[in-house]
Amino acid sequence: MIAYILRSLAQAVMVMLAVALLAFSMFRFVGDPVANMVGQEASVKEREELAERLGLNKPFPIQFANYVTDMARGEFGMSYRQGRPVADLLRERAPATIELAFLSSLFALVFGIALGVYAAINRRGILANLAMSISLIGVSLPTFLIGIGMIYLFAVELRWLPSFGRGDVVRLGWWSTGLLTESGRKSLIMPVLTLGLFQMTLIMRLVRAEMLEALRTDYVKFARARGIPERAISFRHALRNTMIPVVTIAGLQFGAVIAFAIVTETVFQWPGLGALFIQAVQYVDIPVMAAYLMFVAFVFVVVNLAVDLIYFAVDPRLRGTTVAAK
Amino acid sequence: MRAPTPTRATFSERLWKAWDSDVAYSFRHSPVAILATLVALILLLSAVLAPWIAPQNAFDAASLNLMEGFTKPGEASPITGKVFWLGTDSQGRDVFSAILYGSRISLLVGFASVIFSVAIGVSLGLLAGYTGGRTDALIMRVADIQLSFPAILIALLVFGVARGLIAPQYHEQAAVAVLIVAIGLSNWASYARTVRGSTLVEKNKDYVMSARVMGRSPLAIMGRHVLPNVTGPVLVIATINLALAIIAESTLSFLGVGVPPTQASLGTLIRIGQQFLFSGEWWILFYPALDLVLLALSINLLGDWLRDALNPKLR
Repeated sequence: MIAYILRSLAQAVMVMLAVALLAFSMFRFVGDPVANMVGQEASVKEREELAERLGLNKPFPIQFANYVTDMARGEFGMSYRQGRPVADLLRERAPATIELAFLSSLFALVFGIALGVYAAINRRGILANLAMSISLIGVSLPTFLIGIGMIYLFAVELRWLPSFGRGDVVRLGWWSTGLLTESGRKSLIMPVLTLGLFQMTLIMRLVRAEMLEALRTDYVKFARARGIPERAISFRHALRNTMIPVVTIAGLQFGAVIAFAIVTETVFQWPGLGALFIQAVQYVDIPVMAAYLMFVAFVFVVVNLAVDLIYFAVDPRLRGTTVAAK
Repeated sequence: MRAPTPTRATFSERLWKAWDSDVAYSFRHSPVAILATLVALILLLSAVLAPWIAPQNAFDAASLNLMEGFTKPGEASPITGKVFWLGTDSQGRDVFSAILYGSRISLLVGFASVIFSVAIGVSLGLLAGYTGGRTDALIMRVADIQLSFPAILIALLVFGVARGLIAPQYHEQAAVAVLIVAIGLSNWASYARTVRGSTLVEKNKDYVMSARVMGRSPLAIMGRHVLPNVTGPVLVIATINLALAIIAESTLSFLGVGVPPTQASLGTLIRIGQQFLFSGEWWILFYPALDLVLLALSINLLGDWLRDALNPKLR
């Protein structure tokens, strides 16, 4: 198992290095970093000094190595547009996005699994079919339209929920959370639903399909023959065996959640990383774009590692085979 | 003596053959496919014919009358007495005309980016499948990376980089082209995978062998012999990707990084309409959104039908 983890870690480092190379090429070759930092009226001498300080006169591999070590220490350079360290911007914005993405995934998992199991057990029920048809519509509607529709219904017409922002947030050290105030919690509802809906339908369909498969297997028939209650069969036997694909898809989808947070954050004017990234794209703020790219890659890599580890927890067979292989 | 050349079928014969084919049969017996085609065709034609059927040139400021701003759909403007079916926006722009002109841009970007990604995906897939070895490994690894990152993120990155490379004064003119490239580059991998798979099967067949023995160049074998035999699944993916590309374009324009307001697409119109949602002018947003959803849904349903119709296992 340790060899397996080490191999996954090595792969993760390779992926991060590849993405760092991409980010660095963006920084180095899109536009002139020196001109972007000192402005128009800087003298030639000032420019040369800055180029020297940034290490732009050194050979490419050394520049890249410096760039990577800076990133590893959490230094992402200065934002061209805001004139502040990118690391500070990330730290300010990250809690909003992470909170949003995490809650959306949680919502998608809990409701997706519950509805999927329900739809599989009551295959011909009216509610199950309704849920399946609604999920079909949910898949073909663009995310931003779902968000706008919710704003119109719950904020404009019914006036139940705030239409933008995070509400009041509580600071816990450098982290800020909206979960501890009422307006913060209310503000979270619509963005979380908008962002989580697509993943929820995906997980629901997957769980339903896998459950239907599992309910046909011999071990389920055998469990029935032994007189085990139907509820226990569904949850302890069938559902457990659907968890591997569900964990895989949910893990892979976490990256998509982060990416679609860009859209959700724009619709709800959510002060997170996605909104920061959109601004950076509009104003060609390369250091911010590069840092965001690294952030997304980091999330991907961490989630993939976590999924690999969860396999061991869910599937006892995997633990067995690695021991046997030794 | 030369073998007699096969006589070419006349036009009416070919038409009859097309009507009599399996695909056409399945089409005639699928109400969903017929309805979807009808809706898609109406939307497509109305977009293409916009300059002739739209009541007003929506993006020519001279044709707008500020006095007619915020006219409700179907009601006469209180000042000029003109009736607008779908209402007008803040500047007196007819929403119906704006949708016709907007869907032109949306469809242009959609079709062009799909053609672009098909061109890249199919040629890279052919190359990977036919040559194999290191080229294959490299291309497929890049495709894996593209598939594991969300398309919208790749499109945004390409867009940002392209903006950095193009001088600011050309940003507006280049916006549509940049958008096409950005969306095209974020969607080619699925074609490459499919074509590579079919190429691996085809390249060991006798007709490829004989072409090789006859000394045809690898490029000619790929283009003239293998290509016609691997295009079937590409059509299905392209249809479904067309809907995705249209949604991607509208998402980017909605985010404010797509086309400029002077060439508004459906996404831009929705972005503009969102500002008026809170003051009760719902129609400025609703009708463009409806057009977008109908367009995406009908193309999606058509793609689903095509996938089933071309799949011999389901017949």
